[in-house]
Amino acid sequence: MDGYAGKILRIDLTGEKISKEKLQQKLCKEFIGGRGFVAKTLYDELPPDTDPFGEKNLFIIATGPLSGHFLPASGKTHFGSKSPATGGYADSNMGGHFGPALKYAGYDMAVIIGKAKVPSYLYIKDDTVEIRPAKAYWGKGSLACEEMMKKDLGEGFQILTIGPAGEKLVKFACISHDFGRQAGRTGIGAVLGSKNIKAIAVKGTGSIPVWDIEKAYAKGRQAFKKVSEKPGFKGWTPEGTAGITDWVNEVGAFPTKNFQTSHIDHSHMINGKKVLERLKITDKGCYCCPTPCGKYGHTKTAAGSAYMEGPEFETIALFGGSCMLKTIEEVAYANFLCDELGIDTISGASVAAFTIECFEKGIISPEEIGKKIEFGDLESIIYLLNLMSLRQNDLGDLLSQGVKIASEKIKNGSEKFAIHVKGLEWTGYECRNAPSMMLAYMTADIGAHHNRAWVLGHDVVGAATNVHDLITAGAGGDKRPKAIVSGRDSARFVIDSQHTRPAFDLLGCCRLQMMELGFEVENYAELYSVITGKEITWDDLIKISEKVWNLTRMISAREIKDFGRRLDYPPPRFYEEPTPSGPNKGHCISLEKLDELLDAYYSARGWDKNGIPTKETLVRVGLKDMIKL
Amino acid sequence: MNLIFNHENCSGCGICKLACSIINFKQVTSARALLRIEGLFPAPGHYQIHFCDQCGACADVCPVDAITLEDGIYRINEEDCTACHECVEACPQSVMIIKDEDDMPAKCILCGECAIVCPREAIILSTEENLKEIS
Repeated sequence: MDGYAGKILRIDLTGEKISKEKLQQKLCKEFIGGRGFVAKTLYDELPPDTDPFGEKNLFIIATGPLSGHFLPASGKTHFGSKSPATGGYADSNMGGHFGPALKYAGYDMAVIIGKAKVPSYLYIKDDTVEIRPAKAYWGKGSLACEEMMKKDLGEGFQILTIGPAGEKLVKFACISHDFGRQAGRTGIGAVLGSKNIKAIAVKGTGSIPVWDIEKAYAKGRQAFKKVSEKPGFKGWTPEGTAGITDWVNEVGAFPTKNFQTSHIDHSHMINGKKVLERLKITDKGCYCCPTPCGKYGHTKTAAGSAYMEGPEFETIALFGGSCMLKTIEEVAYANFLCDELGIDTISGASVAAFTIECFEKGIISPEEIGKKIEFGDLESIIYLLNLMSLRQNDLGDLLSQGVKIASEKIKNGSEKFAIHVKGLEWTGYECRNAPSMMLAYMTADIGAHHNRAWVLGHDVVGAATNVHDLITAGAGGDKRPKAIVSGRDSARFVIDSQHTRPAFDLLGCCRLQMMELGFEVENYAELYSVITGKEITWDDLIKISEKVWNLTRMISAREIKDFGRRLDYPPPRFYEEPTPSGPNKGHCISLEKLDELLDAYYSARGWDKNGIPTKETLVRVGLKDMIKL
Repeated sequence: MNLIFNHENCSGCGICKLACSIINFKQVTSARALLRIEGLFPAPGHYQIHFCDQCGACADVCPVDAITLEDGIYRINEEDCTACHECVEACPQSVMIIKDEDDMPAKCILCGECAIVCPREAIILSTEENLKEIS
């Protein structure tokens, strides 16, 4: 089947059974790949009410039809499971080089169930697939483990690892790859840990079939050329995602002190320019990426020094804003520590900031924590990251569950500033004055994540624009968000974005060339057609993306008790506490506005008042054969 | 023509390797590439491109003289080659490969595609014009 490797790899760790099956054309046609494969497989094969850490939970690795091909940024790999963080649908993706290697080895997807008898790693070299003991690697940091395995297996292997946090089932444990790429969200690293799998190594020497290799290569060359001609190619690439730090701060959307407010005074100390000046050794690109976001470097602080990739914007926002670390070196060190421990920087920083606020309000005592802690203090952050990742005491054990569960146990009003949706900690945009972005967080299918719909630009300038143009135009004055967007407009912006951005996750390539530089979406439909030999339009892809969006909602509705509208609200901080300072001082989104947003969103999607897709909608999007109506 | 390598510009994206495989072998894979990129991580944290500089070590060890120099490029004459793979072993950069389909070795013939597709000028073609610029 052109474009695809052609096989699905199935591994039952309990029974030590490895099998390979032919990829079905129907699956490719109806769900494309990547996130589509993840959602379809989870819906069909995950037994309802499965414990996320139980043997029956699935760990899925999926690539897309464009993964590994000659086109801009074809290196995305998707992971799927039932989330330990939310109990619902989980997917998380990463760049790097793993997905293409898996396809060159012959597999579009791997589905892993069961639990290995002893700590193990998976060895995949073309047709050879083995469950190997990982005694030497167990307990090692994610980065240290990858370094050891590269030495042991050789340069040609692409490796993903978990850290000690994944082994200890921390609910925001991540997967690491290529010394700095992470599939960070939804606790997917802990699922691998629960299966006793420390790492997966893959080397592929085969080739992916292509419908017309001459045309595909020419189209790929043309795509690289078009991307290189975009103004953002030279403007965006040097700083990557860190380049938006000042803009987000200036528009008053920067998470500050556990989202108490939305503006910091020290963004000039932690912005993209500082990454280049103080840290960077080299740009570090994902597979076939002409515009590498990754900045690999070295940091030196009073607490220690380290080589690390990053920090990217989200890490800067959460550690530099929410935790108030003062310099880019400190942010980078916290980034390194998360990577080595194997936790998501976003959730790790959020849990730390939540804990510090609890301490400052007298809800948690120094005795419970083990020491006094404060915002802006690197030693406090290091202490807390170790505490939660290694589950070092009773509090560490509780914090390893994430802010939702921690606040439900700690109580005393802490629920109001546990910043999450559905149990997934909030990422780098404070939204009390950005209703569209607020709605995006409320309705993202994995919890409070920005990458399903990044619509902050709509709230700021009222229209879609690529990020490079947005930040080049600057912030402030009449462009500052005023929360004047209607609920219906917000719903439309969010839904469009929730279909467009995840469409890239079906294809298996990165969206940043489109989002950041404005590389036109039609190019991807053309690339798909010339690689697979199947004609498709971008509108066709968007329809499939809408189908998958409804399917992920149905998975969470099946898995989470009383799932629905009640889980789509942000924490009370955002509708009860007006922003106390900064450009948006005094702004607060009302509960009525949140309901207006949800009503408009559900209505536009064809969901009922409780946020569940109606039968008519499931039929319309093409799920009638799959879901019992 | 020759190739100039600016290792410090390399981001390890591997576009060059994929283009090399496609242009020379019509195969969509990195495994066929006739150059290598080594990531030196975690420290010192940069990339090293390993490439054929037409040193001739392959020709020196060939027991049947199947590798000959033509216009500054060492080429393998497959009719004479016995597939002993001594050239592959001898390559000081480890950038020769063995083709699965016929067991024959393959090496860089300076087609220049890697330089053409590199988005970062980590590999550039040394035409007369840019040699002047560099000097």
